[in-house]
Amino acid sequence: MLALNGSASEVRGFVPQGRSIVLRLRDPNEMPADSADVALLRCTGDSAKARANGFSAALLLGDGNLSEAGLNFEKTLSLPGKFDYLADGDILGFRPEKKQVRTLFRRTSLHNSFLVTERCNHYCLMCSQPPRNIDDGWILDEIRTALPLIDKTTPSFGFTGGEPLLDWQGFIAVLADCRDLLPQTAIHVLSNGRAFASTPVTAAWAAIRHPNLTVGIPIYSAVDSVHDYVVQALGAFDETVLGVLKLKDRGQRVEIRVVLHAITAPRIVETANWLARNLPFADHIAIMGLENTGFAIANDDILWIDPADYRDDLASAVDILAAAGVNVSIYNLPRCVLAKSVWPFAMQSISDWKNSYIDACKNCDERPRCSGFFTTGRPRYSRAIAPILSA
Amino acid sequence: MARFQPAEAFSGEAETVLLPFRFERTAPGKYLVSNLVGEFLRLSDDELQRLAELQIEPGDGLYEKAYARHLITRKGQRAQYQLLAMRLRSRMAFLREQTPLHLFVVTLRCEHSCPYCQVSRQSTDRSRFDMSEETAMRALRIALSSPAPGIKIEFQGGEPLLNFPLIEKIVRAAKAQAPVGKTIDFVIATNLAMLDEAVLAFCKDNGVLLSTSLDGPADLHNKNRPRPGRNSYELAVAGIRRAQQVLGRDRVGALMTTTESSLERVEEIIDEYLALDLDGIFLRPLSPYGFAIKTKLIRGYDSKGWLEFYARGLHYILDINRRGRHFPEFYASLVLRRMLSDRPIGYVDLRSPAGIGLGALVYNYDGRVFASDEGRMLAEMGDNTFELGHVENATYRSLILSDKLVDLVSSSLTQCAPECSDCVFEPHCGADPVYHHATQHNAAGIKPLSEFCARQKGIMRLLLNILDSSPEDAAILRRWGGA
Repeated sequence: MLALNGSASEVRGFVPQGRSIVLRLRDPNEMPADSADVALLRCTGDSAKARANGFSAALLLGDGNLSEAGLNFEKTLSLPGKFDYLADGDILGFRPEKKQVRTLFRRTSLHNSFLVTERCNHYCLMCSQPPRNIDDGWILDEIRTALPLIDKTTPSFGFTGGEPLLDWQGFIAVLADCRDLLPQTAIHVLSNGRAFASTPVTAAWAAIRHPNLTVGIPIYSAVDSVHDYVVQALGAFDETVLGVLKLKDRGQRVEIRVVLHAITAPRIVETANWLARNLPFADHIAIMGLENTGFAIANDDILWIDPADYRDDLASAVDILAAAGVNVSIYNLPRCVLAKSVWPFAMQSISDWKNSYIDACKNCDERPRCSGFFTTGRPRYSRAIAPILSA
Repeated sequence: MARFQPAEAFSGEAETVLLPFRFERTAPGKYLVSNLVGEFLRLSDDELQRLAELQIEPGDGLYEKAYARHLITRKGQRAQYQLLAMRLRSRMAFLREQTPLHLFVVTLRCEHSCPYCQVSRQSTDRSRFDMSEETAMRALRIALSSPAPGIKIEFQGGEPLLNFPLIEKIVRAAKAQAPVGKTIDFVIATNLAMLDEAVLAFCKDNGVLLSTSLDGPADLHNKNRPRPGRNSYELAVAGIRRAQQVLGRDRVGALMTTTESSLERVEEIIDEYLALDLDGIFLRPLSPYGFAIKTKLIRGYDSKGWLEFYARGLHYILDINRRGRHFPEFYASLVLRRMLSDRPIGYVDLRSPAGIGLGALVYNYDGRVFASDEGRMLAEMGDNTFELGHVENATYRSLILSDKLVDLVSSSLTQCAPECSDCVFEPHCGADPVYHHATQHNAAGIKPLSEFCARQKGIMRLLLNILDSSPEDAAILRRWGGA
C-alpha cells in the first residue's frame, strides 16, 4: 500500500499560513514553471542541477541529509523513503506548521481522486471514509490551487468525499475550473445524488457543459426502507432516485453503484431487475465488492457475507442487466469468487495504491486480469479463494 | 463513533399509498399482478388481500416486493410517481412518430390463387386492377407529408411485381421528393415467382427489401399457395436463395400463414426456415378477411388450436436456441420487448391507440385510402368502414383527422375498453378495431368472445410461464426481448 500521508522533516523557509500550501514536484532537470514548483531531489547530487535550473524550493526524498545541499534553496523539506513513488508532476498538500504532507495527485496514476470534504449527510453502514462533521471548506481552496498544476494530458481523475455537493456552489466552481483548465481530462465524481433532487443544483451541474463528466451515485436497493437503512438516512432513496432522473433528463452522465454486503447482496437480483427496468439509461452500473475498512469493520456482524454465497445471484443480476442492454461491471471482486459467466464484466477496479494479491494468487492463471484485493482495513477472504488453473 | 440505527428506524412514519395495478387469478389462491407499465408479479391470495388493505410494512417481504414493482409508495415521496410517469411516456412515445408505414397496392392482380388470400384478382385486365402513375404520385405526396421522421413504403398486391415499372417510378420519385432529413425504407411483399435479375439489381441499387411467403415444406406450401405449374414453393425457395446472394442475408424475410394443414407440422415448417438460413420465423394465424372467410378456411382451427400449434412451435424453437443458434420467433420477440422493457413499440397490429391510420395508411390501386391493409380487404367484401378518403382530394391531415378515424381509434382504446382496461395484460396488448369490427361488428370488441383476445392472452401466459419456470429458456427469451 502506498503512503499518501506523512510527516516532513527539515522543513525550512515555508511560512505557515494556517492552511495548506500546494507544491508540485519537478524533475531537477526541468525548469520551474510555477511558484508552486519544487525540485524533487533523490540524492544530494541533484541539488546542483536544480539550483542551476532556477529552483528556489526543493524536496529531498529518502533518508539522506539535506542540510548541506538544502542551504542552496530558500525553501526545503524532506520526506521519508516510503514516499519513494513520488515523481515529476506529482502534487502535494503541505501544512508547514504541522509538517504534515498529503499526496494529492500522482501524475502517472489512473486512480487519482481528490477528497472534497469529510462532511456527509449519509452515514453509510459500510462507509470506507467515515464522515466527520468539521469545517473543512479549505479543501476546496486547496483543490482550486492544485488544478492549474495538473498535467493537461491527464486522462482522468475523480472527486470524492464525504458528499462533494454539500457546498454545491463551491464544488461546481471547481468543476468549471476543470472544464477550463483540463478540457481533455475525464472527471468522475462520487456523490450520493441527493443534491440533484433540487433543480437549481442539477441545472447548474448541466450548465457547466463539461465535455466528459460522470457522477457515480449509489443505489443500494429497489426498496426505500432498505436503501435508507444502509445509508442511515430516512428519505434518501426518494431524493437520490429523483436526482438521477433529473440528471438524465438534462443529458448528464450517471453511473449507478451498488455495494454488495449482507443487506444488499441477498436482494441483488431484485435490485438488478429494478435497475434494468427503471434506470436502463444509466451510462454504467457498477456492482461492487465490499472494502472492509472504516465503518465496515465496526458493522462486520451485520455486513459480512462470503461472496461465494451470492455468487449465483450476482451472475443472474449481471445477466439481467446485460440482456437489458445496460453497460454493467463488477468491481473489487476476484475472479475465483465469481461465476465464470461474469468474468468478462469483472474489472481491475481497485485503486493502485491499495491493491494487492495474496499467496493463493501465486499460480493463478487469471491473476493478470483479476481485481485482486484491497489492502486497506481488515481484509476478509472468501472461502472460495483459490488459484484458477486453466490447464 | 456515532451510533448506527437499526433497520426498523427507517420504516418511515409516512402513510403507505397504493398505486394503480391490475390482476388476474391464475389458479386457486394465486394471482398475477401487473403495475401501470406492465411489470408482472405473482402474489398469493393472502398477499393480494394484505396489499389491497395496506396491511404491510417494511421488513415483511410483501412491502419490499410491492415497492420494487411500484405497487405502493409513501406519502410525500415523488420518485415512484416520476419513474412510472417516465416509463409510461417512453412506452407511448411511438405516438410521436405518426404514420411510419405506407402501403401501396400497386396491383390487385396475382398469378397465385391462395384460398386464404385476403385480396387478389386473377385478371389480365391491367387497366382495371393496376394502380395508375397519377394515383401513385398523389399517394406518395400524402405519404411524404406524414410527420414520422423515418417512413417505410411497402409495395403490396395482388403480386406487386406484376406492376414492377410502377414500383420503380415510385421509388425514384420518393427519393427525389423526400424532404431533407426524412429516411425512407422500401419493401416489396412478393411471392418471388416473378423475381428476375432486373428486379434484384433494382432492389440492390435502391436498398429495397423483399418480404415473401413461405408456409413450410413443398407439399404444404403448394397446397396453401396454388399457382399454374404448382411450383410456388420451388420459386419461393429459389427466390429467397437468389435474393440472399444478391442483396444479402438480412435483406429478404419470409412470413408463414398457418392453415389447418399446418397444425401438425410446426417442426417441419420451422426446419424449412432453418434450412434457408432465415434469421427467425413469425408464426402467424389466418386473418378473417377475404377468401379466408369465403373458403371457410378460417374455421379450420380456433384460438385453442392455434395456441397449441404456437406453443409446440415455440418449444421447438427454444430447443434450437438452446443448442446455440440464435433463431427467434418474431411475435414472441415483439411481445417480450413490450414485457421486458419500456421501449416505444408502435407495431401496427398491437398498440393502443390503434395503428389504423396513426400507424399505417394503405393506398389502394384505385386511389382509395384505407386505415389498414385489412380495412381494404373488408372493402373488397363490401364494407367501407375503414375507407378514409381518396388520393384525388385527400391530404395527410384530412385522412388522419377524419371523424371516421378519430371515432374508430377512440372507441377502441384498450386503456378504457370494457374487459381491457382492467386486464392484467393490457400494457402489452393492443386495440384491433378492424378485426373486431369484421368479426363482431364492434370496433372495441366483445373480448370474452374474441379470438384475438384469446390468442394474445394465451401467448403472454405462455411466455410468462416460461420466464418463471425455466431459467435456461428465460435467458433465451430475455435475449429476444433485448434485441
